[in-house]
Formats: sequence, structure tokens, C-alpha cells
Amino acid sequence: MRRAVIIFTAVLGFLFTSLGLGATSALAEGESLQGTLINAGQPVAGVVIKVAEESGTPVGEATSDAQGKWSVSVPAAGTYKVDLDAATLPQGVAVTTGRTSLTLSVFEGAARNVLFPLGAAAGSPGADQPAEGGTSQLERVADLVYTGIHFGLIIALAALGLSLIFGTMGLTNFAHGELITFGAVACFFINVTASVPLEIAAVLAVALGGLFGYFQDRFFWGWLRNRRTGLIGMMIISIGLALILRYLFLYVFRGDTRQFAQYVAQPGMDLGLISVAPKNLVMDGIAIIVLIVVSLALVKTRLGKATRAVSTNPSLAAASGISVDSVIRLVWTIGGALAALSGVMLAIFQGVNYQMGFQILLLVFAAVTLGGLGTAFGALLGSLVIGLATQLSTLWIPTELKNVGALAVLIVIILVRPQGILGRRERIG
Amino acid sequence: MNWDIIFGVSLESLINGTMIAYALAAIGLNVHFGYTGLLNFGQSAFLGVAAYGLAMMVSTFGLPFWIGIAVGLLGAVVLALLLGIPTLRLRADYLAIVTIAAAEIVRLLFRSVSLSEWTGGSDGLQQFSDDFYAMNPYSGSLEFWSISFDERELWVMTVGWALVAIALTIVFLAMRSPWGRVIKAIREDEDAVRSLGKNVVSYKMQSLILGGVLGSLGGFIIALKNAAVQPDTYGTEFTFYMYTIVILGGAARVFGPVVGSMIFWFLLTFVNALLPTLISQGYIPTWLMDANQAGAVGYILVGLGLVLLLIFRPQGIFGDKKEVMLDGR
Repeated sequence: MRRAVIIFTAVLGFLFTSLGLGATSALAEGESLQGTLINAGQPVAGVVIKVAEESGTPVGEATSDAQGKWSVSVPAAGTYKVDLDAATLPQGVAVTTGRTSLTLSVFEGAARNVLFPLGAAAGSPGADQPAEGGTSQLERVADLVYTGIHFGLIIALAALGLSLIFGTMGLTNFAHGELITFGAVACFFINVTASVPLEIAAVLAVALGGLFGYFQDRFFWGWLRNRRTGLIGMMIISIGLALILRYLFLYVFRGDTRQFAQYVAQPGMDLGLISVAPKNLVMDGIAIIVLIVVSLALVKTRLGKATRAVSTNPSLAAASGISVDSVIRLVWTIGGALAALSGVMLAIFQGVNYQMGFQILLLVFAAVTLGGLGTAFGALLGSLVIGLATQLSTLWIPTELKNVGALAVLIVIILVRPQGILGRRERIG
Repeated sequence: MNWDIIFGVSLESLINGTMIAYALAAIGLNVHFGYTGLLNFGQSAFLGVAAYGLAMMVSTFGLPFWIGIAVGLLGAVVLALLLGIPTLRLRADYLAIVTIAAAEIVRLLFRSVSLSEWTGGSDGLQQFSDDFYAMNPYSGSLEFWSISFDERELWVMTVGWALVAIALTIVFLAMRSPWGRVIKAIREDEDAVRSLGKNVVSYKMQSLILGGVLGSLGGFIIALKNAAVQPDTYGTEFTFYMYTIVILGGAARVFGPVVGSMIFWFLLTFVNALLPTLISQGYIPTWLMDANQAGAVGYILVGLGLVLLLIFRPQGIFGDKKEVMLDGR
């Protein structure tokens, strides 16, 4: 049996890695590249932007309008080359980084913002500019590793909550993606509709996310537990709840991808091999601190120990005087807040969309399963593996298939080590 | 208010091709979930593989229609093996995650630009159904009150209902055979069956193949009805609808999926026809809801229906509560 399993894995792996590379265009809806050209606070109109596939096939071009905005829709998620025609820039204006050609990834269903920072043309062109001819392989790998870690941290925030909820109440929560979307949508309304600065809006959104998690357990899941609903029943209920919430978001937020009011496009800082926008570094810092604090709290505090006790054996925990219900409620609150933070970070990365949580949910599941269902540290480790796997796999497979790579990794791990990297054997059936 | 049209389309959806396709998919899922207790969340992939098998053989490679059907069915069997060998030994919730991931992989592959030479990318494929409609014996459309079916739809419905009848007969006969009793015993207590010397994994695999092949018939119907295949039809939400249908009709009941699909589509079509009319007539103010938002309401109601059913009547309309596998193990 085991041999057959390994052979099938090999076949699967082969199928996924040996996919053809013939690329033709097919128009999908949603994916696009867009941006706003601003010089010294004034929009710059009439600048031509050309978009081409990696292979060089042109996809389309746009001219910036009176507000300096331009947008090119692209056929599918993938990597595209964006060229700004420097000849169409007004006299004396230049791209300050000297990079008029950028290579960028567009995610499924997302509108990717492209930033060309403009400024007064330097007196001596060519003095401080990077070499033409695109980035080197090493720089590309470094960039992918960074994006992978960044994406992994976003997943980890959501995965930690999902894993804790699974650990304490045994629920495979398919509505967790909607907790992520909730954070992003709440932040959007506070930030854009109520014009509150993004920093404060994000904090409020995370608090609302925590409340949302608390009330969900207080009025819904807790009630179901008291009714003694079976775990599989609850799992299917979570699917129904996910449908309700997702389409409520569609109802309220509509179908387009929208951006926050601030920090949409921030010029990157040059860090040697890679160029990273400061907002991403700040978010990474926040995510790492939050993850460390929650993990330490799980290990050190009494409540953390109680949480782990409930994960291991709810009846025994209850017998030793731990209030299982309030532990689970706490876990839902923390899980909701972490997911909301993850949603805010994801939205800063790729915009707000009613499906964003649903689209990332499978990767979160993959991360949790990879690390071992119900183990908090496993979820963190699994998230980084998934984040790096999705990004680095684009070195060999087309960008649009990177999620396939991550999901295939999930299936392979389950075959070889069903309990996950850090999971315990008894958790599998 | 044009009630004739609203009720007309709703009544049409009681017997039309879409309803048949979902009924067939749900019959297959009922074998997995209802009878065997397998939480297969990748049923949409079976329909997708069958539909693309047919479409690719005919449209991309120019092979005859029947070879396309054979390849589609074979594809469903191969998918069941690929999905089953690694996952059938896993606990229920792992199985759910892996099958949903596998279905998503299948959809992303169909959608990918790299493979669009064969699959047509996100546009999908067309022009594979000519041979099917060439066999059409009907020449005129059927009109009755405000219900009307053109000759193409009539032909799809004839074939579809024949397939439903065949599928129901197979399920009925299989489930009252000794094989079916073992299958149901696995749902109730896997270890007990194992202790009787039965090879549980092998039985589960047979059930996965049977349900997958029955479901793949729905994939053919949906592809032929639309005369096109499109990758996003076969997304995870498709599977969630099938679960709603199976649970609505009653899991582990032969006629459950068909009745479930009829009620599901009648109600969904009714809501989707009623709301835009109410909005255009001004009964619902536009600040509350516009025509775009009306589409979302249907989905919200599906989710709400699924949640309420599972909480208050998990056995659905016809089911027996003892036969519904909803307890965790």
C-alpha cells in the first residue's frame, strides 16, 4: 500500500512539474495592473504605460488620465512586465528610481498597483541607475524569498487562530476565510468611508475582528455545542456560514477590488538585493511580534496552559476545573482578531475584495495541516513553508500555478506524514 | 408584476437540464457522503474532469463524440483512484481538506494559461456538442402556458432524465445488495467492519469510484446543455451546493438528491426571478438593494438554508436521522 501511495505521489508530482509552457492569452475578468502617476503632488497625464507578458507578448497599453490614473487589464494571474514610456513624460520629469521597466506578479482576481515614483529629472542621467536588462537571478530569488516570508506571515496569523479553534473544539472552520475578509472590509469602511487614518483603522478593525469572533462563539458555536451538534455537522454548518458571510460582504461591499486610502503605493527602499516598501517591513514586524506574543502566552500564562489542556483533552480539562467554554470563547476572540489583522495585511498587499479570505483559505488549511492540525507552532512553521513554497515554485512553474504547487505540497505531506510536521500520531484516524 | 414569467421559469427549473445535472452530481455525492460516510468535498472535480474529458477530446483533438464520453468516464475513475489512494485512510476532516484541495488543483489547471492550448484557459472550450445535437429527434419546441423548452433543451432533458433513472436504479440495486450493506456498515462503524475481515479501504475506493462516475454524468449534462465548458463552473461552491441538495433531500435516500435538487432549483430560481422584478417595479427601494445585489441574496439564502437544515433537520425531507453521518470520530 505504502509503495503504491509513493508511486502515485510521484505521478502527481510529475504531472504538476512537467506542465507545458505554451502561453496564449485568454481574457478573464478581474485581474489588472493599475497605478497613479503623481509628480510633486500633481497628477501627470498623457503618459503611456505598456504591459507585456514575461515572454514579451504585448498585453495592452494605457495612457494616464487627468487624475494621473491608468489601468491595464491582463488576461490572467501571472507575471507581467510593465514599461513606462519615458519619452511621454513631461519635460524635466523622470522616474526617480531610474526603473522605467518593472516585472510584477498579479494575483488571481486582484488589481495590482504599480508605482512609478516621479520627480525632477536628475542632471546627470545614468550616474546612479541600476543596470538595464532586468534583475539578476539572485535578486529574483531574494525577492521571492522575501515575498514568501511576508505572505507566510499573513497566512500564519490566520492559521494560528484556525489551528487553536480546531485544537480546542475540534471544528474544521471553513468560515475562517470570512474572518479574514471581515478584518479587511471593516478596515476599509473605517479607513475610506469614515476617513480615519489607516493605522487607527487597522487597530479598530482588529478589535472588531476579535469582537466578531467572540460573538460568533457566544451566540452561534457555543449554542451549537450545547445542542451537542456533531463535529461533521458543525463543519458543514461552517460552510453554510461561510457562504452567508461571503455573499453578505458582496452585498455590502460589491464585487470590485478596492484600495485603502493611504499607503496604496509606497516607493521601495533599496536593501541591497531587494527593494521593499517600508509598509511591508512594518507589517512584518507587527506580525512577528504578535505571533511571538501569542505563542509565548500559550506557553507561559495560565490561560495559555488551560488552552493547551483543553486541546489535549477537553473532559479531563473540565474535570480539573478549567472552564472549557470560556477557553474556547477566548480562543475565538483571539482567532478573530488575528484573522482580522491578517486580512488588513493582505488588503494592504493586494486590495480589498469580498472573496479574498475564501481565496486564501485553502492555503491557510494547507499551512495548518502541514504543521499538524491543532498544534500552534506547527501552524507557524507550516505557514512559512507554504509561503515560501508558493513563491519559490514560480522559479520553475508559471506564476498562475503557484497555488497548485502549495496544494500539491499539502497532499504530498499528508501522504508521507499524515500528522503533519509537528503533529502527534494519535490525531490521525 | 409578471407572475406568469416568474412562476414559469421556476417551474421550468423543476425539470430542466441544470436541475438534472445537479441531481446527478448529488446522486454521486450521496453514495459518498450519505451511504459511505466519506466527506468528499471534491465532487466538483469529478464533473469537471468528465466535462473537460469530453470537450478536449472532441474540440481540441477532433476525436469522435463517444470517445470523448469514454475518456470523460475514464477520467472520473482515474481521479477517484488518485484521490482515494492517498486519502481514504485519513480521518474525516483530513479527507475533507485534501479533497477540496485536489478539486481546486483541478480547477486551477483547467484555468491556467500554460495549458490553454488544450483547455482553452479561463475561456474554456466550445464546439464539442454538434454530434450530440445531431442525434436530436425533436424538431420543434414545447410550449405550455409560460413554460417553454426549445428542441435542444428537450433533447438534453430526455437524455438527462434517462441518466437519472439509470443512476437511481444502480444506487437502489447496489445499496440493497450485500455490497451496499457493507458500505453502510462502514459509515456506522469502520472498525467493526474491519474486524469482520472486510477490506475497508477497498470498499471505500469502490464507493468513491461509483459515486464519482455517477456524478460525472452530471458533468456531461452540464457541458452539453451549455455547449461549452468553463473552468470556474467547477469551483468549490458547486460542491457546497451539492451538499445542500443532498442534505435537503435526505442523505442515504435513493430519491433524496433528485427531490433535493428540484426544491433547491425551484426556490433559487424563484428568488432570482422575483427580486429583480420587485426592484424594477419599485417594491424594493434601490438604496436597499439593486439588481447586482439581488444576485448575492440567492447565495445568502442557500447558505442560510444549509445552516438551518443542519441545525434543525439534519435528516432533510426524507432522511432518517439514524442514517446521517454527522458525528465526529
